[in-house]
Amino acid sequence: MRQILHDWGLRYRTIFTGISLALLPFITPHDALATNILIFGLFAVGFNLLFGYLGLLSFGHAAFFGGGAYGAGLAIAHLDMGFLGAVCFGVLLATGLSIIIGIFAIRSKGIYFAMITLALAQLVYYVFFQMTSLTGGENGLRGITVKSIDLGYYSINLLNSKEKYYFLFIFVFLALALVSRILKSPFGGAIEAIRENENRAVACGYNVKVTKYIAFCISGGFCGLAGALYALHISIVPIDILHYQTSGMVVMMALLGGMGSFFGPFIGAAIFLLIEDVVGVWTSYWQLVAGVVFILFVLYFPKGIWGSLVDWARR
Amino acid sequence: MTLDLLLLQLFTGVALGAIYILLAVGLSLIFGLLTVVNFAHGAFYMVGAYVGVAVLLSGGNFWLGILAAPLVVGALGCVTERWLIRPLYGRGIDYPILLTFGLSYVLLDLIRMLFGVEGIPLEVPGSLEGAADLGFGYFPLYRLFVIAICAVLLWLLWLLLERSTLGLVIRAGARDPEMVRVLGVDVDRIRLLVFGLGTGVAALAGILAAPMRSVTPEMGIPVLVEAFVVTVVGGMGSLSGAVVAGLLVGVIASIVSLFYPEMSEMSMFFIMALVLLIRPQGIFGRAGFLE
Repeated sequence: MRQILHDWGLRYRTIFTGISLALLPFITPHDALATNILIFGLFAVGFNLLFGYLGLLSFGHAAFFGGGAYGAGLAIAHLDMGFLGAVCFGVLLATGLSIIIGIFAIRSKGIYFAMITLALAQLVYYVFFQMTSLTGGENGLRGITVKSIDLGYYSINLLNSKEKYYFLFIFVFLALALVSRILKSPFGGAIEAIRENENRAVACGYNVKVTKYIAFCISGGFCGLAGALYALHISIVPIDILHYQTSGMVVMMALLGGMGSFFGPFIGAAIFLLIEDVVGVWTSYWQLVAGVVFILFVLYFPKGIWGSLVDWARR
Repeated sequence: MTLDLLLLQLFTGVALGAIYILLAVGLSLIFGLLTVVNFAHGAFYMVGAYVGVAVLLSGGNFWLGILAAPLVVGALGCVTERWLIRPLYGRGIDYPILLTFGLSYVLLDLIRMLFGVEGIPLEVPGSLEGAADLGFGYFPLYRLFVIAICAVLLWLLWLLLERSTLGLVIRAGARDPEMVRVLGVDVDRIRLLVFGLGTGVAALAGILAAPMRSVTPEMGIPVLVEAFVVTVVGGMGSLSGAVVAGLLVGVIASIVSLFYPEMSEMSMFFIMALVLLIRPQGIFGRAGFLE
């Protein structure tokens, strides 16, 4: 029975995730939380591609999330593009950043990788911080509101939180379908092979360095998409989006939910954002709670919530 | 652009480098023996500064603070290793990173709770105020003090590692922990001590830097990146690499700030990028404490 559930879940994971996300606004107390879970969940999914499936811990993914956000914001603010153009521009900028950062990062092995990705992402932060005329520097990029999308016979009112949620949901769902397709492809098999035993993967003839690099860039692209959607969601791009605290946040989300699982990142994003939201009502020290919860998970539930569930179903 | 100005900036760079050296040495010590990258290093640095603040607030003086900070934070580090990091051995190289990162979150908010979110000034002690005439210009006495303390600490560390039995065991443990265990040494206790030592040195850096920068709960956040950059440039696990890289990064940042002040913060990243391209293991990169 468990096995059937597990296999079924694996085959239709995109649909299941899609349905869960479609129902999300009806569960959450307010739509903003649902939209954040949607967007940060996608961010975590992109990150998870590298961390959970390939086994590379990057602490610099804020550069891609922020790069996507700034890309979209700059496209609207300086290039007068529409929503779709902005999103594409954001993804392109993020992927471009990952192509450059990847060259340095993939050369490093093991533990170095986390440190170097953190440092390089921080460099991106400083660069964007200094380019005040383009990016607004410390104050962030403002005035990038997109009020509505005109589809001819119907106009999507992005000031309505529910309409905005389902509009963003379309992007996220398509992205998820693509991620699932990539994971099921031979490339996805190579990724997991590298995670399980890198030396053996080399012996099997996989070009591990190139595979890692491509996965890094793909991960950057998806995180960039999440960033672009985020910029359009909150209508500004704060400079802190590029700071390594954001990188750390997505790492926490991925672990809390369950790395190496498809749906886990959304659970992780939900947990983290719920802690921030709910604990934040009682005290401003929600980071303390988040940190403690995270430490407990690292020590006792490293597979995260969803990961532990998947493990149980697999046994 | 006079030579005097250049020399003054050089000295400022050395003072800055001293802090970087202390940070990188602590990080390398921990990595060399435990193979753990301490993502809470910036947080321990910050706690060190706050121990100094606490000492001053309860009536003590700066000198007491300099003594207390490494001891208190070192003890905190020992506790961390024993209860939080030790359970993770054998699990995979990323777990201590994750845990120490979570710890940095916790420490940050704890300090916020105890000391508030506003910055607290930590003044230079009276005896170290003022400047000394170095022949080519006046240089703050306090910064000379920082350089001196760093040199003393490096000498003490060298003594410990090269001339004591404990140091011998630490170096052996970095090279081959299994063998050391087989020979009957309690490697767990050594790990505990080294982690405490590493965090203690970070705390010393924190309290030394406190009068030069401001004491805020967030002061450790950029410091973590600085520590990483210097350690990557010098080579993970190499102490002489930490020294060379710290000086290099500090001096270059100082000189760059003369010509292009906006680039001085970023200059260290370009150094790191260069090192990564040419010699990815760092200047003296090798695991272990081979001086």
